[in-house]
Amino acid sequence: MEHIRTPKVENVRLVDGISSKKAALGTLYLTATHVIFVENAPDARKETWILHSQISTIEKQATTATGCPLLIRCKNFQLLQLVIPQERDCHDVHASLIRLARPVKYEELYCFSFNPKLDREEREQGWKLIDLGEEYKRMGLLDNYWQLSHVNRDYRVCDSYPTELYVPQSATAHIIVGSSKFRSRRRFPALSYYYRDNHASICRSSQPLSGFSARCLEDEQMLQAIRKANPGSDFIYVVDTRPKLNAMANRAAGKGYENEDNYSNIKFQFIGIENIHVMRSSLQKMLEVCELKSPTMSDFLWGLENSGWLRHIKAIMDAGIFIAKAVSEEGASVLVHCSDGWDRTAQVCSVASLLLDPHYRTLKGFMVLIEKDWISFGHKFNHRYGSLDGDPREISPVIDQFIECVWQLMEQFPCAFEFNERFLVHIQHHIYSCQFGNFLCNSQKERQELKIQERTYSLWAHLWKNRTDYMNPLFRADHRQTRDTLRLPAAPCNFMYKFWNGMYNRFEKGLQPRQSVTDYLMAVKEESQQLQEELEALEERLEKIQKVQLNSTKVKSKPSEPSKHSGFSTSDNSTANTPQDYSGNMKSFPSRSPSQGDEDSALILTQDNLKSSDPDLSANSDQESGVEDLSCRSPSGGECAPSEDSGKDRDSDEAVFLTA
Amino acid sequence: MEFAELIKTPRVDNVVLHRPFYPAVEGTLCLTGHHLILSSRQDNTEELWLLHSNIDAIDKRFVGPLGTIIIKCKDFRIIQLDIPGMEECLNIASSIEALSTLDSITLMYPFFYRPMFEVIEDGWHSFLPEQEFELCSSATSEWRLSYVNKEFAVCSSYPPIVIVPKVIDDEALRKVAMFRHGGRFPVLSYYHKKNGMVIMRSGQPLTGTNGRRCKEDEKLINATLRAGKRGYIVDTRPLNVAQQARAKGGGFEQEAHYPQWRRIHKSIERYHILQESLIKLVEACNDQTHNMDRWLSKLEASNWLTHIKEILTTACLAAQCLDREGASILIHGTEGTDSTLQVTSLAQIILEPRSRTIRGFEALIEREWLQAGHPFQQRCAQSAYCNSRQKWESPVFLLFLDCVWQILRQFPCSFEFNENFLIMLFEHAYASQFGTFLGNNESERCKLKLQQKTMSLWSWVNRPSELSKFTNPLFEANNLVIWPSVAPQSLQLWEGIFLRWNRSSKYLDEAYEEMVNIIEYNKELQAKVNILRRQLAELETEDGMQESP
Repeated sequence: MEHIRTPKVENVRLVDGISSKKAALGTLYLTATHVIFVENAPDARKETWILHSQISTIEKQATTATGCPLLIRCKNFQLLQLVIPQERDCHDVHASLIRLARPVKYEELYCFSFNPKLDREEREQGWKLIDLGEEYKRMGLLDNYWQLSHVNRDYRVCDSYPTELYVPQSATAHIIVGSSKFRSRRRFPALSYYYRDNHASICRSSQPLSGFSARCLEDEQMLQAIRKANPGSDFIYVVDTRPKLNAMANRAAGKGYENEDNYSNIKFQFIGIENIHVMRSSLQKMLEVCELKSPTMSDFLWGLENSGWLRHIKAIMDAGIFIAKAVSEEGASVLVHCSDGWDRTAQVCSVASLLLDPHYRTLKGFMVLIEKDWISFGHKFNHRYGSLDGDPREISPVIDQFIECVWQLMEQFPCAFEFNERFLVHIQHHIYSCQFGNFLCNSQKERQELKIQERTYSLWAHLWKNRTDYMNPLFRADHRQTRDTLRLPAAPCNFMYKFWNGMYNRFEKGLQPRQSVTDYLMAVKEESQQLQEELEALEERLEKIQKVQLNSTKVKSKPSEPSKHSGFSTSDNSTANTPQDYSGNMKSFPSRSPSQGDEDSALILTQDNLKSSDPDLSANSDQESGVEDLSCRSPSGGECAPSEDSGKDRDSDEAVFLTA
Repeated sequence: MEFAELIKTPRVDNVVLHRPFYPAVEGTLCLTGHHLILSSRQDNTEELWLLHSNIDAIDKRFVGPLGTIIIKCKDFRIIQLDIPGMEECLNIASSIEALSTLDSITLMYPFFYRPMFEVIEDGWHSFLPEQEFELCSSATSEWRLSYVNKEFAVCSSYPPIVIVPKVIDDEALRKVAMFRHGGRFPVLSYYHKKNGMVIMRSGQPLTGTNGRRCKEDEKLINATLRAGKRGYIVDTRPLNVAQQARAKGGGFEQEAHYPQWRRIHKSIERYHILQESLIKLVEACNDQTHNMDRWLSKLEASNWLTHIKEILTTACLAAQCLDREGASILIHGTEGTDSTLQVTSLAQIILEPRSRTIRGFEALIEREWLQAGHPFQQRCAQSAYCNSRQKWESPVFLLFLDCVWQILRQFPCSFEFNENFLIMLFEHAYASQFGTFLGNNESERCKLKLQQKTMSLWSWVNRPSELSKFTNPLFEANNLVIWPSVAPQSLQLWEGIFLRWNRSSKYLDEAYEEMVNIIEYNKELQAKVNILRRQLAELETEDGMQESP
């Protein structure tokens, strides 16, 4: 709290989002964990909550007649502008937020104060929900080919790896340790995924320290061991996910890539994915496009193309597809690495696993996948997503890209995933929110030292508890595409990859589809469930009465419940909606106040309120009426998970199609 | 029969058909007067039946004695036929070329087509102007039907019956017609029951360089205004284009003469600019190279989505003026047969729930496109592969359908029809066994005696068996105005049309089926529960009666 110079500022104006035309007047509060804006409007008192850890940048803009504007960009792609009347207050708020958004100690993060009112046992149970030991068992590893290795006990060999790893049976401790010395940061080859059908596997590591000519017998033996663990194939692929040029440049620094001549029976392959710096600036460019005010179609498409974002997504997908094909069709094992083997390698291994194994396309399986390929294998969450103040050049949307790959696949295979888009959006949100302990630190070792499991809660348990919100109604466990490997066309076409409006513009309600098919179908399914139950109850009663009548005993049965099935609660006819700015910059138009009470703007959209476990997260809550119950939400925690972020009460563009 | 002369080789054996996503089929190729047929003569193998009128362009290639014909269709499909024998191949190619470019409309397939289905309702009489007028006359008495154009004497592109303000007599209409391009005097397009305001459409006023005016014209459109209220004139052309039009005798409404009207200029493109946009877009979609950036820049360079955005924006603006400003609107461009109709019809989709139903949408197409004189014959003569570029070909109607699809995508539960319905309309506008889209206007259709000699598309579509394919399972009547987003992020390429032949839709089809299943199952349960409830209620009453005495 010592960083908060001014805890409360009155008469602040909030402009929420890019397309918003209207500023709301209210009071700004700074708390230890959140920025809170409470609107003055007496009937609504809408609140906007922003977690400090979501704040990406704070920009002080030129003072205007109305006050000093502060532009806040969030890591979950929300964009807010606060206009503070007094220069002095603005300065204080700015300074406080700069400090609050960049904590220096883990203990400052929200997860250490967040309390969802669960007892100790519930918390522990929550952490046990995802069990990687179980997962490796599920893969069906054969004992004579694979072994659980304790060589990394107490992180003796590699401090960014987990303590328990699977390696080929023939890889002795000597080979592992030897190999680890020949790999960047000692990240030796270890199992990521085992394809039970044909014994092929995906292993991962960092780059070899080969320089221009160095060799390592143990490393060569290690790769040999991986090949031997798959009796069905006489070679393995080694996939370097860097552009060839980058890999070659690394040789000068004593690193590099495998020389096919030194390793027997490997097929070496580059599948170029750019590095974290390129990705960071690519996202930056794409977000700039999203921030354009009334862009033309050309502005948008040009900007999207120039950002290169979709090209990078495609590169990651291509690598994942290559590996999945090698494993499932050629029956060959694959060793994947990049430089350190914790960014591109994680992306590619998890995309390939997702394509290969339907389990990872279920709700729980997807949690397992992130736990396995990202959390346990030492993806540097703290550095990449800037939980703590650090080197800005370490920040990069690596897992964001993976999450987008999943979405792109969901668009191609609408029945293949048990979860929906909202699930992905919420995971992305929580990677940055630091509300749960899962994504803290850079490695398992650090998390253990920090006693994360004893001091914070697990996101997985939270998501699992609310799983009904995250179900894909089109998922059917018995579909062919659900059971099998996902097969993409041999030559994946470019038009497969689309801009993900539901993620990067998710706070711009005006840009989202106004009716959600997912929510509609979920409501239908829910109703079917109830009908099914009612049907059974009715049948039972009918049977009883018939029996009773047969026995000609007169027992009066209770009158039946009146039918209540009149449409679905997600009913779309109440879609609140207002016109946008269609007139562009036409000056000749008279300005006009929003017409209150028009039928099509006054109706409340019930559709999204329904999904209320993460109310403020729901990507498509379009509650223009602002009639909201905020009572259960307080910074210290209410009965439901409090205040993951703002966005609850968005009064997006009102009926203002006319710019004055 | 003339066709026989054109068909030099009616039949070739051992022809191999290649289509994307299907295995090659070997079979016998037959040419008839209107179809290209390929049959493998095996059971359960699908045959190819292709209307000659669907063929946009063909390419021939020869490798030794094997000839290859690549057929590019107006629905953007590309198929390949390998034909053994050079002579056969050349004969087939020249026959196809001749048969797909017949000059005379009366030789087109609709004049020969004999339906194999029972006509339940004759589509030619499904949407009579009189009936359509009743919908608005029940709410207002300020409008009347005028028969001034009975013999197409006043305006050749208008239907015989139009709706005009009651206070304007036919004599005045004749005068106004002299003042408007193509005789297209302002007529009622849409009556907004909520506030009694209207959308009218017309051709441009013929003010010329010396600012000609027409009192009757001013009186006509002023008749739609309430006292003290202003109206909007939406000119679909940019101001400079409208100004240039004066040199050719056209022009726009000058403020001095129309003081109660505020003019808005938009810039919806027309003619070859749209046609070129379509050609570029389809080319980009067919480009199978694997470079992501090239795809996006080609998509951008086609400008197709820019056109979509501009048309939608104009329609939204018109709808907004009407609904939110409570103002009447007059829409025109130059002729009033293209961009004007895009705007008037899309505005109705936004404003009027009925136009989002299947029947209502059919009525809209009948009213705002066919009766309103959109020259389908000219505009849809060629599609994206044509190389002989005529001035009048233009995908105006396809752009309209695309815009409807964009709104449908944003409001997936508010339309009674699905995407397939829109695709079907696109196909029939370009090549059809039905007479509906033949001719350029009502006058031509009358001369061709289409009603007597051909079948209406609506006769076929509006049978339950067909309707079920076009019904949106998610539909729930939505009586509100629906305001779509026109931001670039919200607009997408219509894959169902443009990538239809370039990607497998297997998984998307499965998803659609699953969606139907979920909803069907719900309905089934609902029905069962209702039956049981009724049974139970009956039993309980019996029970009660036994007890009562």
